[in-house]
Amino acid sequence: MNALKVKKMPNLPDASRPVTRMIETRQPAQISKTPRMQVIDLHAWFGKTEVLKGISMSIASRGSTAIIGPSGCGKSTFIRCLNRMHEVVRGARADGKVLLDGLDVYSPGVNPVRLREMVGMVFQKPNPFPMMSIRQNVLAGLKLQRIKRSDEDELVERVLRQAALWDEVKDILSRGGTTLSGGQQQRLCIARALALEPEVLLMDEPCSALDPIATGRIEELILELKSAYTIVIVTHNMQQAARVGDRTAFFCLGQLIEYNDTATIFTKPLNRQTEDYVTGRFG
Amino acid sequence: MTVQLTERPAGARTRASLADSRAAGAAGENAIHAICLLALILPLLLLCVLVLQAFLDGRDRLTWDFITGLPSRKAEAAGILPALLGSAYLMLLTAAIAIPIGIGAAIYLEEYTQPSRFASFIEVNISNLAGVPSIIYGLLGLEVFVRIMGMGRSLLAGACTLALMLLPMVIMASREALRSVSWSYREACYALGSDHWRMICKVILPMSLPGILTGIILSLARAIGETAPIITIGALAYVSFLPDSVNSSFTALPIQVFNWISNPKAAFHVNAAAGIIVLLTIMLLLNGLAIFLRAIYQRKAGQ
Repeated sequence: MNALKVKKMPNLPDASRPVTRMIETRQPAQISKTPRMQVIDLHAWFGKTEVLKGISMSIASRGSTAIIGPSGCGKSTFIRCLNRMHEVVRGARADGKVLLDGLDVYSPGVNPVRLREMVGMVFQKPNPFPMMSIRQNVLAGLKLQRIKRSDEDELVERVLRQAALWDEVKDILSRGGTTLSGGQQQRLCIARALALEPEVLLMDEPCSALDPIATGRIEELILELKSAYTIVIVTHNMQQAARVGDRTAFFCLGQLIEYNDTATIFTKPLNRQTEDYVTGRFG
Repeated sequence: MTVQLTERPAGARTRASLADSRAAGAAGENAIHAICLLALILPLLLLCVLVLQAFLDGRDRLTWDFITGLPSRKAEAAGILPALLGSAYLMLLTAAIAIPIGIGAAIYLEEYTQPSRFASFIEVNISNLAGVPSIIYGLLGLEVFVRIMGMGRSLLAGACTLALMLLPMVIMASREALRSVSWSYREACYALGSDHWRMICKVILPMSLPGILTGIILSLARAIGETAPIITIGALAYVSFLPDSVNSSFTALPIQVFNWISNPKAAFHVNAAAGIIVLLTIMLLLNGLAIFLRAIYQRKAGQ
């Protein structure tokens, strides 16, 4: 079983294999051309420090958008602005427009709580709630929003299957969520986000706390989910961006340097900085 | 620019420093070890002597009749039931008042205030209040609850006074527990579309409950032994009836013990010792309960 998993995992970072090869072997994804989210001149601050200096980009419906860049370039801040998680931190604020299906999420009438229901998020460190069972963790979003559903059992099974976790936990649903391994916990967190049936799923370095095998599982999962969801994934692992991203954006020092098809970014980037970064000469 | 690296024979430094630390470190290390051990043993020994003394003095009077009996002028016939029940009711009432207010205040301070001068002013004052001598709370209770609010020398007035005394401790313990919940769980809640209050109810409070409970129980254990404030507000020393409502006058265990100790007849001193054993037992049980609850929740959290 384990050996099979390792074998199934296609693209472990491998220096001998150029990144381009990986992209060519990947199935071309069906990307619809209508933008799901559109960011217009987004600025963000922590206190007096400006961490995003005017970002404009659009995120296509369905498919995955990878965001890469050196540490501190504002890539995490950027996706946290997409569901208004940035402003949760004391002293943080954002300015600009973020349109979800044409509606500005920063306009005064928008309740950030409702927004986050539609734009789900998975974090760097797996964080299932310790006092809740696996099942309760999956349903946590509904509970936190006082949503009652009669088909909870089916929902739990469906999203756990979507998160590729069902077979591993179907007999231990009442066990604590934190008894699982790191990779399973992260998939549980993905299931927890999926249970709210979000329009967009944001992932903030979802694999950086995981080992290569768990990382492979999560990447497979992202490849599956992107056919149904709009996924934005921040990663500091360029191979990962190459493997899971349909489109890739390169951020540096709070600015969007280049944004294009993943293949273009990694093979013939237009910008010198991007080229230096993806070839490992800086970053 | 090249840096000149000084060459050293391999292992020379290792040998020198290892030998050094073994020679010089050992004596000082042992001395500190001994001092710390002494610091541990001394108070424990004193405590043991005290408990043993009380036990040896009081064990003859420690019978069921003593626990269920009413006070009497004859030492042999005297019991502690009114005091025991008085203490129990007092604790229940105190807890009922102090817990909701204390946790509420902690939630407000920890979750809803922005850091400001006012907030830090309140914070400093709560810490100061925890250190105010209990007699001062007694005097405050006497003036405010007994006289101004007209509660009289009742159980309710006593409970209010004790609750007031416990509040700073309950608030501080609860805040500490609330603060210890990792930021990543709050983030997770927000990302799941939770509003602030739901997050507190469903995630933050359950996760900080062990800490809050421990704080509450430990402060209740302190309150049950408090004598000064309830003497000040006028608990009676000799009560031959059981309290029947929150407005009835009462006595409590520490007062009963104090009363017996100050009695010139030696026979009453035996009663006092027996009373002390009962009081200590209750405190130990409460502390044990605190540890037990914490262990249960920690196991549940770490599953």
